[in-house]
Amino acid sequence: MPRRNVPPDRTRTPVTSPAAKRPLVALEGVSKTYLNGTVALSGVDLAIRRPEFLSLLGPSGCGKSTILRLIAGLGDLTTGRIEWPRATHDHRGRPQRDLGFVFQEPTLMPWRTVFGNVYLPFRLKGVSKREAAPRIMAALERVGLAAFAGAYPRELSGGMKMRVSIARALVTQPSVLLMDEPFAALDEITRHRLNDDLLALWAGQDWTVVFVTHSVYESVYLSDRIIVMAPRPGRIVADIAVDAPYPRGEAFRTSALYNECCRQVSAALRDAMAGHEHEE
Amino acid sequence: MNPAEAKRRRDRLMQFLVPLVLGVAVLGAWEFLVHFYAVRPFVLPAPSRIWAALLADLPSLAASTWVTLSVTMMAFFLALTGGVALAILFTQSRPVEMALFPYAVILQVTPVVAIAPLILIWVGLENITTALLILAWIVAFFPILSNTTLGLRSADHNLLNLFQIYGASRWQVLTQLQLPAALPYLLAGMKISGGLALIGAVVAEFVAGSGTGTGLAWRIVESGNRLNIARMFAALLLLSVMGIVIFFAMSGLQWLLLRKWHESAVRREN
Ligand SMILES: Nc1ncnc2c1ncn2[C@@H]1O[C@H](COP(=O)(O)OP(=O)(O)O)[C@@H](O)[C@H]1O
Ligand SMILES: [Mg+2]
Repeated sequence: MPRRNVPPDRTRTPVTSPAAKRPLVALEGVSKTYLNGTVALSGVDLAIRRPEFLSLLGPSGCGKSTILRLIAGLGDLTTGRIEWPRATHDHRGRPQRDLGFVFQEPTLMPWRTVFGNVYLPFRLKGVSKREAAPRIMAALERVGLAAFAGAYPRELSGGMKMRVSIARALVTQPSVLLMDEPFAALDEITRHRLNDDLLALWAGQDWTVVFVTHSVYESVYLSDRIIVMAPRPGRIVADIAVDAPYPRGEAFRTSALYNECCRQVSAALRDAMAGHEHEE
Repeated sequence: MNPAEAKRRRDRLMQFLVPLVLGVAVLGAWEFLVHFYAVRPFVLPAPSRIWAALLADLPSLAASTWVTLSVTMMAFFLALTGGVALAILFTQSRPVEMALFPYAVILQVTPVVAIAPLILIWVGLENITTALLILAWIVAFFPILSNTTLGLRSADHNLLNLFQIYGASRWQVLTQLQLPAALPYLLAGMKISGGLALIGAVVAEFVAGSGTGTGLAWRIVESGNRLNIARMFAALLLLSVMGIVIFFAMSGLQWLLLRKWHESAVRREN
């Protein structure tokens, strides 16, 4: 498999301490075969760093959602390991995964208010509402929905529901946010706004986003590293760095670097699909 | 008041007025035709005669209403608690569901009239209320069981995933996700089951026959035997009113619990 190398001159300040060099999450030789025999992933190696904005890009069916679910601890691997080198482990030796998850749908509880939905992670951990309230309001503030704390999900637009979903994922201040095509169901204008807002939330903070998308443009605009995947079996075919500084705005969308990156990523995607056609 | 609001009120008023006018017209025609053709009262009594019979027998009819109502309400309450408990058990344990579900279905599909004599013999005629209760319960509990089971299973899969990610216990998943998700289904089941409990109570009373001698169903049989058709109609009227009250009580409960969040209870705004 051709693997594009990450250029050494990364924009972010190079990490020096050995502890910080350890990845946040390390996937080693991960394969997943579903019960019906579908090989969703085969031999995936991936080190997720902290901080970084990482995109998983590939055609549908290449195992992007499967990777996210495995990282989140939903379902078992068929072979391989997923390590959390920096996490503490519980008495059974399971890592205390410290993550937020945003699905393609907002996935809110319709019977709870916006506040109640964002309270969920704390509630399940037994934190009282009073104790959690300041952090919930802060999270709603960050996504611009503080005024809607008392509203029910059905009273909100699609974009607003997605913001609530993001607030819920961020309210515990996790070290990694997993997002599975979060804005794919939204209109283009809303998607662009949410992309910018997501970057503003992330930029300058010490945490990681793993963002699944099938849009080349979205992945280049957002990420500082793009993992390109190919289907059947799902595998990683390229690892491309986008060396543009944050914050990024409209100017980045029209820059030469942006165009070059899009070209490079598209080419990798085309190679992946071409290889696939030969296999069949 | 804006025009849309005015229109809504007018619609609401019409919703009551139209059926009311129709009802009054039918009653008027009934009264008139009975007198005009001099129909004899043991064939078809005039509405005024039924009303008079109702007033004349009010104390004893009210007592009978209370008997039927209490059997209905108790059977409904037991169906509700039993149905929900069994549904929770089913969703918590697959083997329990596999073992019990076929029998729940058998209980449901066997006509209650056919089981009634058996239940009566087992329970004994001296415990007639218990027998009525069991029979009404058999009829009423299945909609609660099947609806709640479906509702508990209908919780959004990604919400379940989210609960798992945050390390929720089974109890938390049940109380904070599955039960709220099941509530609209449960309420729909309760609406059906409330009506069925009444039907079950009445059918059981018919089958139990003179052994009961107290409920509304038996009053209907007895009035028929004595050709007191006016009182028969009066008892029938009370049964209908009971059914209607149960229906509206359930609808009101549904609205009260779901109005904030569930599409079925939310007024559409276009
Ligand atoms: N629960 C499942 N059972 C069986 N096959 C599955 C399941 N989930 C996903 N798959 C299959 O695994 C492959 C990868 O799926 P997925 O991870 O959802 O891909 P992507 O998110 O990239 O579209 C697909 O072929 C899909 O049909
Ligand atoms: Mg997917």
